[in-house]
Amino acid sequence: MLKNLHEKPDKEGVEIKVSEAGFPAIFPSGLEYSSPARGHWNIVNTGLLVPETHLIYICAASCLRGVVLTAAEQGLQDRFSTIAIRENNVLSGDNEEMIVEGVGDVISRLPYKPKAFMVYTSCVQTFIGCDLQHTFKTLRETYPDFHFIDGYMYPIMRKTSMPPIPQTRITMYSLIDEREKNSRRINLIGNNLKTDRTGRFWDILEANGYELKEIQDCENWEDFQEMGSAVLNLVFNPTAVPAAKVLKKKHGQDYIYIPFSHDSEEIAESLNKVLDKLGIAREEWTEEKTMASKALQDAKALIGDTPVVIDYTAVTRPLGLAKVLLNAGFNVKKVYMDTITADEKADFEYLQKNYPDLLLNGTVNPKMRFLHHEKADEKWLAIGQQASYFIGSNNYVDTIENGGMYGYEGVVAMAEWMKDAFTTEKDAKSLIQIKGWGCGSCI
Amino acid sequence: MKQVASQISTYTADISGLCSALYELGGMTVMHDASGCNSTFNTHDEPRWYDMDSAVYITAMSEMDAVMGDDEKSIKDIVRAAQELKPRFVAIGGTPIPMMIGTDFDAIARVVTKRTGIPAFGFNTNGMHPYTVGVSKAFKMLAENFVIKEPKKREGKSCNIIGLTPIDFSITGYEKSLKVMLENNGYEVISGWAMGTDLDEIGESGAADVNIVVSWSGLPAAKVLKKRFGTPYVVCCPMGEKLCKEFIETLDKASESRECVNLIAENDRDSDIVIIGESVISGSLAKALKDECGINIKIICPVDTERKFGYIKAEDEVELIPLLENAKIVIADPLYRPICPKEAKFFDLPHFAFSGRIWKNSIPDFIKEFDNIKANILEIIN
Repeated sequence: MLKNLHEKPDKEGVEIKVSEAGFPAIFPSGLEYSSPARGHWNIVNTGLLVPETHLIYICAASCLRGVVLTAAEQGLQDRFSTIAIRENNVLSGDNEEMIVEGVGDVISRLPYKPKAFMVYTSCVQTFIGCDLQHTFKTLRETYPDFHFIDGYMYPIMRKTSMPPIPQTRITMYSLIDEREKNSRRINLIGNNLKTDRTGRFWDILEANGYELKEIQDCENWEDFQEMGSAVLNLVFNPTAVPAAKVLKKKHGQDYIYIPFSHDSEEIAESLNKVLDKLGIAREEWTEEKTMASKALQDAKALIGDTPVVIDYTAVTRPLGLAKVLLNAGFNVKKVYMDTITADEKADFEYLQKNYPDLLLNGTVNPKMRFLHHEKADEKWLAIGQQASYFIGSNNYVDTIENGGMYGYEGVVAMAEWMKDAFTTEKDAKSLIQIKGWGCGSCI
Repeated sequence: MKQVASQISTYTADISGLCSALYELGGMTVMHDASGCNSTFNTHDEPRWYDMDSAVYITAMSEMDAVMGDDEKSIKDIVRAAQELKPRFVAIGGTPIPMMIGTDFDAIARVVTKRTGIPAFGFNTNGMHPYTVGVSKAFKMLAENFVIKEPKKREGKSCNIIGLTPIDFSITGYEKSLKVMLENNGYEVISGWAMGTDLDEIGESGAADVNIVVSWSGLPAAKVLKKRFGTPYVVCCPMGEKLCKEFIETLDKASESRECVNLIAENDRDSDIVIIGESVISGSLAKALKDECGINIKIICPVDTERKFGYIKAEDEVELIPLLENAKIVIADPLYRPICPKEAKFFDLPHFAFSGRIWKNSIPDFIKEFDNIKANILEIIN
């Protein structure tokens, strides 16, 4: 164990009762800290989901470092190339030529022939007004055998209406060409983790002749292109909605946004929304509601009043999960998050009214550098890697983004994961530092 | 085309070097950056991040901050955090966008000092240079500002080790092994810049008889100390029995003569055995191997080095590939493998600066593990 260099600061400005919190920003902005919990995916992990593509990032060394090693740790260095921007490129304004020449150089040196290149530019090109339209037109004309798509690694835009993560999903799904429509094909788009399609909802779709496809099902480029024949896209992840809108505009594919939820009534409404759209009779989901309720009761019987903490990387609806768990009798103490999404506004207001003492704890405030392992000498149950690190618990649910679950099965899975985490400690220190949970890593 | 890396990695950048060099000294280091540099630093460049708390942050600048040139927001945020955390100093470094909008880091630092009373320093890093630039700027700042004029005089022989960061040495314990070796040879190690040492120990550095430069990044600071205190320096990253013996003798002589010495290998441009890496470490490894095995080695440095070392500076794939064409043995980070000739034998020497944490458990403590390195290289040769 290495030494501690600073004293522990107080918690002012990092922790607040939900009843006193603002919306959507819970805390004032300032310098930002980044914890060692690295399981959440970045745009490289996500972009590499597209089969038979090669990624080229064009940025300064400081930005390239993180992305090239993300690919290398994932064992996919051979699908990744870089072009380093140096001072002369900024001063001379020759970025368009540099990109065309650099990409050409990569093509000439690659030992294999991908179907498409995802070419990511950065904050630098955004700022100097690089003519990307002309650049990509030139690339497509010069190398007609390949597809080229523009990607953006521009964190300076992360506080705008189009941050890098939703933009990456637009980039990926824009590679799909229009195909003849298959009225029985439905895509699931925008999920980093493959959706577990067990359960009656999926069975009903299948029984009605619908074929479902997700990017993780696609083994090759042609398979991926087949997604262009779908008539409907199902979206669970809010950051995929802009991509769904693009596909609707480009290919006329309709979409339904049914955000992930742990709330039984909300799940029923979402599932029925899909059935309505497809002209299938609505369901009561009585059996599933009972199943989910029982799973939570069983978990509560085991976990009892053990304090529970949740973080925003484990589930896309952390406040929604807090609401469901509190209503099921769990002793949820706090939620680690920095901002509240629009999807969670109703959950937030519900918690303010019904559980006003629930704490919200920021993760990026500079003080959090020193406020970790807060309850390491007590048994707390953490849901998510950030929660595990900050509370200091090896009894934690090791997952991100709902773990690939959806619907009632997602509730049951969470209850099972909580039971498992309660009874079995994990090596949190080793596990949480691995980048891109579920991607595979050589670390 | 230069600047293209179709198959290999990228050296970590100046801004990470800055953060790494100052990590253990109780300061607060701020990267003036939108986002990305923080997670890159703590994931791929900083193996101490989980076990040792250090105040390293980003300003999280937004598009509007950059467009409007709003330095005041960042200054207020830095001041607030500094007042809350009370660091020994504040270091503020730049990334590409602050460079493009002409951010005046020295001015920001002066305002921060004025408002907090805490010494603050600006660094015009821009994320476009290798880590060596950031590390050397940080150490130079320490030599100029934190090494006190009248340190406590030492009775016996004393030295400082300059140029230690996990980016070059990982956390293998090399700095401890070197310290033990020096102490066993009668030297008090006043400070080790900057692993396993604190700011007060660095402040006493002016008392040393001699400074040891273990990586190129330590050289600018050693030159400042030479100018300020007349302290000579010896450039060497000691390893291997013969080189260590010569190193100790050289320290004694340099202390006496006050002359600086480069105790690293001469480059053999015609050799078919090639090392790719940081210049002082590679030069020392080459010298140790020459001393003990009689082999000459061609040394290629993709990061900053001294022209007078005589090593080949090549940072891009297009420059490296022809230099490796006739290589029979390559000693380098494993992420260089894709550009080496297929028939060449490869000795993995992972370098945190290039492959990050991927092979961190295979990075050697050069003092304790030199004999293994030597044996394995001899096996490859034979």
